[in-house]
Amino acid sequence: MAAAVASAEDAVLRAILEIADDGLILGHRLSEWCGHAPMLEEELALANMGLDLLGQARALYAHAGALEGKGRTEDDFAFLRRERDYVNCLLVERDNRDFAHTMLRQLYFAAFMQPFWHATVQTSSDETLRGIAAKADKEMSYHLRHSGEWVIRMGDGTEESAARMADAVNELHRYTGELFMVSPARQQAIAAGLLPDPESLRDEWDETIATVFRAAKLELPEIRTMQKGGRDGIHGEDMGHLLAELQFMQRAYPGQTW
Amino acid sequence: MTDKHDLTPLWEVFIRPRNGLHHRHVGSLHAADSALALQSARDVYTRRGEGNSIWVVRSSDIAASDPSFAEPNFEPADDKIYRHPTFYDIPDEVGHM
Repeated sequence: MAAAVASAEDAVLRAILEIADDGLILGHRLSEWCGHAPMLEEELALANMGLDLLGQARALYAHAGALEGKGRTEDDFAFLRRERDYVNCLLVERDNRDFAHTMLRQLYFAAFMQPFWHATVQTSSDETLRGIAAKADKEMSYHLRHSGEWVIRMGDGTEESAARMADAVNELHRYTGELFMVSPARQQAIAAGLLPDPESLRDEWDETIATVFRAAKLELPEIRTMQKGGRDGIHGEDMGHLLAELQFMQRAYPGQTW
Repeated sequence: MTDKHDLTPLWEVFIRPRNGLHHRHVGSLHAADSALALQSARDVYTRRGEGNSIWVVRSSDIAASDPSFAEPNFEPADDKIYRHPTFYDIPDEVGHM
């Protein structure tokens, strides 16, 4: 909780967990497509993107554990926390629903994270974060291109694909505001020069989404109130189900390794 | 409803493993257009660092020789061994060719 952020060290740890959790949860969502993708080519693309995000999360958890210095490993962060301790944004935990929802969620996220990592490479005072960011920048740049191309083709596609795309926009757009919301912990990490200020990325995000939507013949919805809560550990109903599956092996067989 | 394969026709994929080498055929995939075919080719065929350049070509754009005409096409070359450059002694100084 925000009030519980006591020291600068706690704040940095918490801020890094926010982006690590985003990667873990969205990576897990993409992995749920395994065996269900509409075509083999997309099956591989979704798994590839999921693995990119999982790789980013692992590096961030390991870094968080080292900064904390209490011996917590990436597995402890990924598998052994309670739901309220996950601080991912709500967007990434939204269910896959259909291919339109999945690709739009990916577009919203990648359109934010690609410039986010790009700025981190340029400006972060933390060498490890710069290293993680350099790799993640390239990965998210691919996610952005791939999801953008699909959103355009589905939005400007058949009657059914256009309807599903419009449905996805109506459902998911309200979760994009949280990408730019800054928790007290994040504010400290920004002030310390570790992470970029999301506000400085807003114009680029708006421009990317507007460009894709124009080509996709999609309309930007007017959202009065953006959804929030994930950064405070307050998640939607789907999150518990996701964690049950994500954590099952480590909960049932503690310490299990491959 | 349109057949899925009318919307996503077959593409042949060519990968160049390194600069200076030529593109080689590695397989095929289904995609709606060339941009998505290139992305899918990246995901399907370059997962293990196989290359640094990709070409995709619509399979239907490839004109292929007729398999039933293989004998007239290729057998006349079989007895013309003098076309192979195997009758030259290469001086050692030339090295590997």
